[in-house]
Amino acid sequence: MRTAMANRLTPYMFMAPAAIIMAIALMYPLGYMVWGSFRDWNPSQTIGEAEFVGLKNYIFLWNDPNFHESLGVTLRFAFFVVTIEMIIGVGLALLLDREIRGISVLRTMFILPMMIAPVVVGLMWRYMYHPTVGTFNRFLDSIGLPRVDWLGDYALTSVIIADIWQWTPFIFILSLAALQSLPRSALEAARIDGATGWQQIIHIKLPLMMPVLIVTALLRLIDAFKVLEVILVMTEGGPGLSTEILALRISRTATEFRELGVAAAMSNYLLILLLLLTVGMFAFNRWQEARAARLNALVEEES
Amino acid sequence: MSTPNSRANPAFYAVIALLVFMSVGPVILMFMNSFKLDVDIISGTSGLIFLPTIQNYEKALCDVLWYEPDHIDFCSLKFGNAFINSLIIALISTALTLVIGCMAAYALVRFRFMGRDTVSLSTLMVRMVPPAVLLVPVFGLWNNEFCLDRDGIVGGAIRDAFGGRGDVCLAGTHSGIILIYVAMNLPFVIWILQSFIVQVPRSLEEAARVDGAGPFQVFFKVVLPLIKPGLAAAAIFTFRIAWNEYLLASALSDRDTRTVPILIVNNMSEFNVEWGVIMATGMLLAIPPIIFTLLASRQIITGMTAGAVKG
Repeated sequence: MRTAMANRLTPYMFMAPAAIIMAIALMYPLGYMVWGSFRDWNPSQTIGEAEFVGLKNYIFLWNDPNFHESLGVTLRFAFFVVTIEMIIGVGLALLLDREIRGISVLRTMFILPMMIAPVVVGLMWRYMYHPTVGTFNRFLDSIGLPRVDWLGDYALTSVIIADIWQWTPFIFILSLAALQSLPRSALEAARIDGATGWQQIIHIKLPLMMPVLIVTALLRLIDAFKVLEVILVMTEGGPGLSTEILALRISRTATEFRELGVAAAMSNYLLILLLLLTVGMFAFNRWQEARAARLNALVEEES
Repeated sequence: MSTPNSRANPAFYAVIALLVFMSVGPVILMFMNSFKLDVDIISGTSGLIFLPTIQNYEKALCDVLWYEPDHIDFCSLKFGNAFINSLIIALISTALTLVIGCMAAYALVRFRFMGRDTVSLSTLMVRMVPPAVLLVPVFGLWNNEFCLDRDGIVGGAIRDAFGGRGDVCLAGTHSGIILIYVAMNLPFVIWILQSFIVQVPRSLEEAARVDGAGPFQVFFKVVLPLIKPGLAAAAIFTFRIAWNEYLLASALSDRDTRTVPILIVNNMSEFNVEWGVIMATGMLLAIPPIIFTLLASRQIITGMTAGAVKG
């Protein structure tokens, strides 16, 4: 009797520490934030001391052109970063999916950028983009081209380039792993049927990789909304608002302008946006997976 | 598997060389600059040929040096202190996350229990929350709610002695930062470890059960040793985040508990940028992750692919 009781409790005992910590430090804060977004709240008050203002913060943001600008910058950043990184990363994986000597050394080289602190990545690129001292302008000088104000007029592009440098390897590694775990019979069959390399990629490899590619893109997309330090160090959101992504605006509203209520409302908008993206991608993924499974069965049948 | 054109194609190897150059180039550039005097960095005439100096490192590490370099008159950068804070926070939060996350992952894989699906789903959802979103509530809670004794006798005594609000809050302590890092990393660790625990053969656990081991003995003596590669991968990722994170640490730390990323950003935003010193500080922060990468790249790749490829 006693052991039966213990057995029923076992899973909860294993689960308890994680559940308690996540409840205290994730769930409770998130609920607290939703509650705080309805209040005129500054950092020196407890939430109970802050005045309840209803939807005021949300309406304020809804009409705030600066918030719209930040939202636009964030979406543009995320869109370009994910699209370009997917194209380059998958392309490289297709190109390098063969037996070459020293591939493991190569992969180590490629994952190095991901492991370095974003703060350090930001400072590296800030140096390279520097108008006079920087590497890029020196290079342009040496081949006789005019200098470019990298972190001025082209700030958003420059920030995107830095992110591409750091995160394309992530997509490369995942696509390579996906490529190498493809059913070999399918590729073999296609080769025997005389499909060219290009045809194999379009009709066999890419469709079969699709589920993994979508998860990868989703992970990258979510991470693109988390980027903050690199941009903070490189441009501090400027010039003007041209690189002030939402994450930066939230942190500034909270710590510099000390308006926690408004920052909380902004965070909620961002969460809703992320939730919609995630749900959408998952639905799409399920559909694609079913399609890939059908394709797989078809190919296997034929070989 | 090898296709005919994989052998000796110069263009192919040129592409690879270019890629390696592009991904490692900036790191090497920073490494070299950290050994240059600011004059050399700014003039740029020296390029590859310069006289290396360790002055930047001496300036960065001035509070831990056992000698006094004569080119430093005032030690403004407290790198040693920040480095120790970084180390404490990263190591403790990694260890805690692994133990707690591993137990939770085991429960999710091996047991059916009430609320299992809810836990599983919320873990997945929490993964997408950006640190910037956590900033607001954590900042508010750690500063105002998670405090000891604001109005009681002890609080009154503290107020009389030191002034201020009379409370001791989670903000500004190592534990405050560690707590949020553990919570933040748990979903990821649980997610990754699940895919490793699934592969542990059930028969092994049952054999141990028959021999009279309790569930916790089975977990620590049978399951844990078998998923070491997964633990290593999870450890690297958790450590990386705790070591590199800036935003939450900067909101929750004070002068004594700040970490290296905060030190770098603070120095960066000063009007006169000392490139050499900043690059040296950056290199010092980058070295542990670089060593990790070189030692454990296989584990890192396993860890990355476990989440996405195995689904």
